[in-house]
Amino acid sequence: MSASIENEPMRLNGELLRAQGVREQRMLLSLATPALLLIVAIILIPVGWLFYLSFVGNDGQLTLEHYHKMILYKSYARVFMTTFQVSILTTILCILIGYPLAYFLAILPQRLAGFFMLAVLLPFWTSLLVRTYAWLVLLQKNGILNDFAISAGLWDEPVKLVHNLTGTLIGMAHIMLPFLVLPLYGSMRKIERDMMHAAANLGASPVQSFWKVYFPLSLSGMVAGSLIVFVLCLGFYVTPAVLGGGRVVMVATQITAILENQFNWGAASALGVVLLVATILVLYLAARFLKLDAALFGKH
Amino acid sequence: MTNNSDTPSPQVPTALPIHIQGLTKKYGNLYALDSVDLEIKSGEFLTLLGPSGSGKTTILMAIAGFNRPDAGSIRFGDDEMILTPPHQRGVGMVFQSYALFPHMTVAENIAFPLKLRGVGAAESTERVTAALDTVQLSELGDRDIDQLSGGQRQRVALARAFVFRPRILLMDEPLSALDKKLREQMQIELKHLHEQLGVTTVYVTHDQREALTMSDRIAVINHGKLAQVGTPHAIYNRPANHFVADFVGESTMLPLTQDGAGRLHFEEHVVTTDYETEAGRDYALVIRPERLFVIGDETIDTDKTIVFPGKVREFVFQGETAYALTSISDRHDISFRFGTDSSSSQDSLRPGDPLSLGLHREDIIIIPRSGDQ
Repeated sequence: MSASIENEPMRLNGELLRAQGVREQRMLLSLATPALLLIVAIILIPVGWLFYLSFVGNDGQLTLEHYHKMILYKSYARVFMTTFQVSILTTILCILIGYPLAYFLAILPQRLAGFFMLAVLLPFWTSLLVRTYAWLVLLQKNGILNDFAISAGLWDEPVKLVHNLTGTLIGMAHIMLPFLVLPLYGSMRKIERDMMHAAANLGASPVQSFWKVYFPLSLSGMVAGSLIVFVLCLGFYVTPAVLGGGRVVMVATQITAILENQFNWGAASALGVVLLVATILVLYLAARFLKLDAALFGKH
Repeated sequence: MTNNSDTPSPQVPTALPIHIQGLTKKYGNLYALDSVDLEIKSGEFLTLLGPSGSGKTTILMAIAGFNRPDAGSIRFGDDEMILTPPHQRGVGMVFQSYALFPHMTVAENIAFPLKLRGVGAAESTERVTAALDTVQLSELGDRDIDQLSGGQRQRVALARAFVFRPRILLMDEPLSALDKKLREQMQIELKHLHEQLGVTTVYVTHDQREALTMSDRIAVINHGKLAQVGTPHAIYNRPANHFVADFVGESTMLPLTQDGAGRLHFEEHVVTTDYETEAGRDYALVIRPERLFVIGDETIDTDKTIVFPGKVREFVFQGETAYALTSISDRHDISFRFGTDSSSSQDSLRPGDPLSLGLHREDIIIIPRSGDQ
């Protein structure tokens, strides 16, 4: 009996091979341990702590008052409205600027595209603060843009371009643009030249080819990029704070204000938790309706 | 003539001739096409055959309108097309990559050209179904493209190319991504489809066997110029030059010398021929390996046959055929290919064995010898 099992070719070294496989898997897992520990230490624990704080009142007792206030005071609702408004508008602006830009890069020969991509990425490597203040210099009342426009006769009086929604959007769109262009460019590069040839060959005019073939095929990159931009915008602080000049109050700005003025960790945490939940909700809905997996990680 | 009965509507011609004149395309200093003249007859299956970089695809792209030649004329029937944008040329095309739209189902892909032409929903469905039937994919209309095998994609690409009844069909190495068995099966199917549709077909391939199998005529292209245009028979049996003789089929080339009387010699063999030769030009003898035969003890009429006594240098068994490299003089070897059979003594030739090979004089092929060989 035992002899026949040993002679079975399937069983030859079977145990040893299986053990080797298990060892290999454990080794791979151990490589991921530092990263896992890091995530637990710098993300899960602080977020958990914030979550806990949001339920602690000023007297140290567990309470729902921070959330209750958020419903009670209209100013909170306005902050969230502003946050979503700025995020949506920034995303739309990025699409309007980024789509033609990505298309231009995608049709260039690879080497030239690399050069222009550098131009897109270069601001990326400059400090966020420097770029934001640079916009302040450009856009302010007696700034370069107003001076130029007036001397060129485009308008007569300095136009208010900063410390308002306009300035915030200009700055935000500039900073977010690469996050949209990169995935979009990636998906456009993957569209074979033959696709457009085939569309034309089958009788589609250039406009029809674009809308019926090119655009649908670039959509996955656009959705991925838009989501990244939108989610980043939701929690953005520096640019709206500087270019909004206190008139564009987004959640992150509001959190800072609460901490600086009232030192109220509970209220600040509650705002953070709501923002986090809202962000997760947006991503969840996007995943449900837009096949996010395909958009972010490529099909299959 | 023969397929008049298959013609769906006699008023509309099912095929158009293509007239190409002086077609020239330069990339930098390199001529991809150097003043090519080519007449493609209405309804014929013409293959552009050549090595990669020869310019065959450039011609096809110019017919489809995907590249802009530097000079030349391309007419479909009487209409000049050289300036017409691709979407107004009305030619069907099967791409090497198939170029099926991944965001559409099989049926949507095939319906795409019909939709653009404003064909009504009912007729469109009917024609898509008929096209799917023709390529034997009736059940797969609702599938996504990425659920199809390579062979199935090929058929969908084909259906999409002919569903709108173009009068010219272009194919750019459509079978190159398929494995050998499927490729050979598709070659026959494509040929039948061509007979059924009666449409003028221009086919690009670098596979000479494929070209010989499928074509009514073959245009052999090298370095942006036509090397020879003719039927598969003519191309194979009467190659016009060294390139065609070498590129199409296997061959051994032996240099010939001319004596004072204008007769051609290979070493001590006189090569009589019905080719017209000019005095003072160099020629070569082209031998197809399968046209040789073994000569035993029997007497041979040397008026009809050239005899090359030689010795086997190498022997390779390749299944349905075997191959013997035979040295016939100090400087020259010829290849000899023959069908195998299990009882034949030829199947066990060894290097060093004596072997006399015969060649019928009607199988003699003569080509001019150019300086660059």
